[in-house]
Amino acid sequence: MASTAKKKKRLGREELQRIVDLCKSIEERGLNPFLIEIEDLVTIIREYFPKWEKPDELCLDAEALNRIASVIKLQSEWLKHRATSLYRDPFLIEDKLSTLTADEIVELFLKSWHPIVELEQISIHSLSESLRYWDSLLPLSERWKNIGFLERGTGTVTIDDMVKQGLLADKAFSEMLESFWEELKVSVAEIGKIRYWDFIGAETYEETVERAYLTSFLVTYGYATLEVHPLEEEIFVKPYEKPISALGKEQLISIPIPVSYEEWLRWREDREA
Amino acid sequence: MARRPRSLRRKSYYARKMKKAVHLLFYRRHSKPGTKGWELRRQLGSDYRKVLDLLDDYLERLDLQVKTVFEEGDAPENPTPSDLNRARFLVTLRGSLTPREAKLVGWRIDDIAGLAVSIGYIISKRGKAPRREVEDLLRSKLPNWRVDINLNRYIRSGYLSEDENSQLYLDWRTRTEVDQKALVDLLLSAESQVGTPTAQISDTEKL
Repeated sequence: MASTAKKKKRLGREELQRIVDLCKSIEERGLNPFLIEIEDLVTIIREYFPKWEKPDELCLDAEALNRIASVIKLQSEWLKHRATSLYRDPFLIEDKLSTLTADEIVELFLKSWHPIVELEQISIHSLSESLRYWDSLLPLSERWKNIGFLERGTGTVTIDDMVKQGLLADKAFSEMLESFWEELKVSVAEIGKIRYWDFIGAETYEETVERAYLTSFLVTYGYATLEVHPLEEEIFVKPYEKPISALGKEQLISIPIPVSYEEWLRWREDREA
Repeated sequence: MARRPRSLRRKSYYARKMKKAVHLLFYRRHSKPGTKGWELRRQLGSDYRKVLDLLDDYLERLDLQVKTVFEEGDAPENPTPSDLNRARFLVTLRGSLTPREAKLVGWRIDDIAGLAVSIGYIISKRGKAPRREVEDLLRSKLPNWRVDINLNRYIRSGYLSEDENSQLYLDWRTRTEVDQKALVDLLLSAESQVGTPTAQISDTEKL
């Protein structure tokens, strides 16, 4: 039973791929779009649609529909062109082009060709302008002289200096993340989760932003997860006992959380109240 | 000092504007010939359309015309100021060239014939045809080594354009210079002169 369903699914996927290829060839090769029976294709898509579960199957379904829509657009353009006075049977024109001699074709073409008339000529005005520019232009040797550079000798710098300049952190990032994770585990106590703002919120706005930044890494690297309650508009942070790596295994989603100065002020007021 | 009559002042005003319009339209200022509507408005003033109409009347005596080419291709029935701002204005030949005069354009007769065949074929295919098919058609009358060179030349000159799927389209210069309807009609009537049975034409036209 399961194998029959699987087989039917495979057949369905092949059918959809065939529809995509067919529509693509009509588009790319400029064939008559009315060669396709749109209704038949839609029936096939409708027949298989309830069987699709995986994202790639649904994507294929959407692509097939999109391709059919493009062919319908081509059909509309085709009809519009046929309704214009320009429409003539392409085979007739093709046949004629191949039977006429080059001289005859040129003679016909010249009767419908009205080439653009334009002039390319230097004027006294532009000549004098150019001369004025040339006179005011400094020689290359003088212009290049201005592009100098400051020569500095090599020296040494201590780690402390680099930390002070913000080029190096005083702790390795992974170490910071580990200690932050420990802090999260302690903060959640026995409830197992903590309100997002209660965790990232700090005495200063700068520190709050830094904690939000580190929390985002905790979640991305699988040290913790976010629990979102959309109706209550609440977000909780839940630490894992052991880091879980979901990178590359499943599709990750991003949850944007604004950490604005106004939000931080509101959080502080709520806390003090 | 007595002032000149109003009609004379107007005449000299438009004469000056026409002279300026000639400079703008005839001399190439950008990579493509012609001048955009917004440039003409800025240089000639808001009545630039009237100046161009007067210039067109004047150029008729010289077998030239001022042509408006709209960005979208087909001319809208009632162009808006925005359509006109984006349109390109050029001077083209009003009448046509004789085969002898065509040599003055600087193209060989084979090149012009190849261009006519390519344009005719693309029109018959609703404005889009695979490059390979056009090449095959040209190859029947032109040496193999010239086909590619010629097609690239037509593309470079702006008569044809090519997309990433090697489809050829009619480009801005064909839309400006070639009366497509006249070309198709002439090609069809030429066939009847060669002696194609009339019944075949009417049968096909019924389609």
